[in-house]
Amino acid sequence: MPSNSVITLENVKLSLGGRKILDGINLSINEGEFVAILGPNGAGKSTLLKLLLGLYKPTSGKISILGKPPKRGNKDIGYAPQHRTLEAELALRAKDIVGFGLDGNQWGIALPDKKREKHIEQALDEVDMVRLANQPVGKLSGGEQQRLLIAQALLTHPKILILDEPLSNLDIVHSESIVSLVTKIARNRKMTVLLVTHDVNMLLPVIDQVLYMANGHSAIGKPDEVITSEKLSALYGSKIEVIKAQGRLFVVGEES
Amino acid sequence: MFAILQYSFIQNAFIASFFVAVVAAVVGYFMLVRGLTFAGHAFSHVGFAGAAGAVWLGINPLYGLLVFTIAAAMGIGALGKELRERDIMIGIMFTLALAFGVLFLFLYNGYAEEAYSILFGTILGISTTNVIITAFFSLLTIAAVIFLFRPLLFSSVDAEVAEARGVPTQKLAVLFLILSAITVSISVQVVGVLLIFTLLVGPAATAMRLVKGPYQTICLSIALGLLYSWIGIFLAALTNFPVSFFIASLSFLVYLPVRLLVS
Repeated sequence: MPSNSVITLENVKLSLGGRKILDGINLSINEGEFVAILGPNGAGKSTLLKLLLGLYKPTSGKISILGKPPKRGNKDIGYAPQHRTLEAELALRAKDIVGFGLDGNQWGIALPDKKREKHIEQALDEVDMVRLANQPVGKLSGGEQQRLLIAQALLTHPKILILDEPLSNLDIVHSESIVSLVTKIARNRKMTVLLVTHDVNMLLPVIDQVLYMANGHSAIGKPDEVITSEKLSALYGSKIEVIKAQGRLFVVGEES
Repeated sequence: MFAILQYSFIQNAFIASFFVAVVAAVVGYFMLVRGLTFAGHAFSHVGFAGAAGAVWLGINPLYGLLVFTIAAAMGIGALGKELRERDIMIGIMFTLALAFGVLFLFLYNGYAEEAYSILFGTILGISTTNVIITAFFSLLTIAAVIFLFRPLLFSSVDAEVAEARGVPTQKLAVLFLILSAITVSISVQVVGVLLIFTLLVGPAATAMRLVKGPYQTICLSIALGLLYSWIGIFLAALTNFPVSFFIASLSFLVYLPVRLLVS
């Protein structure tokens, strides 16, 4: 095992309610790597993330995060779940949402505190949202809300950032700006990023590895090693064809 | 016209409604954020059965309210998971509770006045004992909400991330249901079972449209709740019309233009 590996999984299996979700996942992710997680719906992508967050326990196998087993409330991991639109009726401002990342898990009310305000402002600044700090979240666009959730996830200064489908429901322009934002922040902070997505093409220039999941199994490696007709056919257990056109990859034959 | 303030039953009404307005505004805010207003309504119906049962047994209806609603809160909590998806379950449960309430009142065979006061509130007749009980449970609930504030709000807005950050979201959910049950029980005294939304949801829903930020919203919500309650009691004492009529009308009269004019 390389010494700078931050996440390792050894033969991890998980069944939920008698159903096999993950069936022998092996992977190793190094410090500072940007990893895209791909695979059809129901392949266990979100489940894998929940294992890393300590929200599920594996049925068998070993998980190591920065040399320790996963646990809830791990400050080394920043997490933004699959995005749903924040309710328009919520009487919360952008900075309230980001503030949860700082002290949302602490008891009591937040007393007026200059240092707290400053931390939140810095986080908002990192995602280019300071000017919208006092806006009600319901009035923000999907891309702006996504930025807030990323800022929230960054407040504990995590070493690993986990983003579950941050690009769904965003158009190309907004998706690209989120990708370049995450890339920039990750490089500045030397942070490892795991990002679940449905379309890898936009990420190809920035990612180090692809984790492809299907049928409870996974394959990890460089994009051009993993996203091939042979590899994916073996993973799915049925005929899959990867087609390259205009510098983009298309996976044909997967149900998603 | 301020001479009425000298009567002790009016003073009791003002004191009790002060506590109720504050606690209903605070808990009502969280109910809105958590999407639990329907459960609040259910509690009031379960409370009706409790109050009617207590009347039948000849004990303080407030005890019946508290016991039944808190038991219902624990029951819903024990079912676990997403309460939002359990509307049908809650609906069926509170219909059953209403049915038992009717049975208890039938068995009591007393005055219709008792049923009337449970349904529409009896703040002008509140006893000193009930004022003390109301104050006690209000302070308890407010203290609990202050303690739970940040994790409760965090888990209300984004339960998944809150859980990943180590917030005990399931326990908080049950605890909040119990706090809601207490709030509903003491609020029933002022506006009755049928008009519970007036104090629980009205002020918070109006405040949310006018200001942003949780603390600001709650403060305005408290102010509105107090305003409705006190003006309502005052007008009721002057006119002899029911208090809950005035409180509900004021709540609506403020909410309507805010809803229409503030986007």
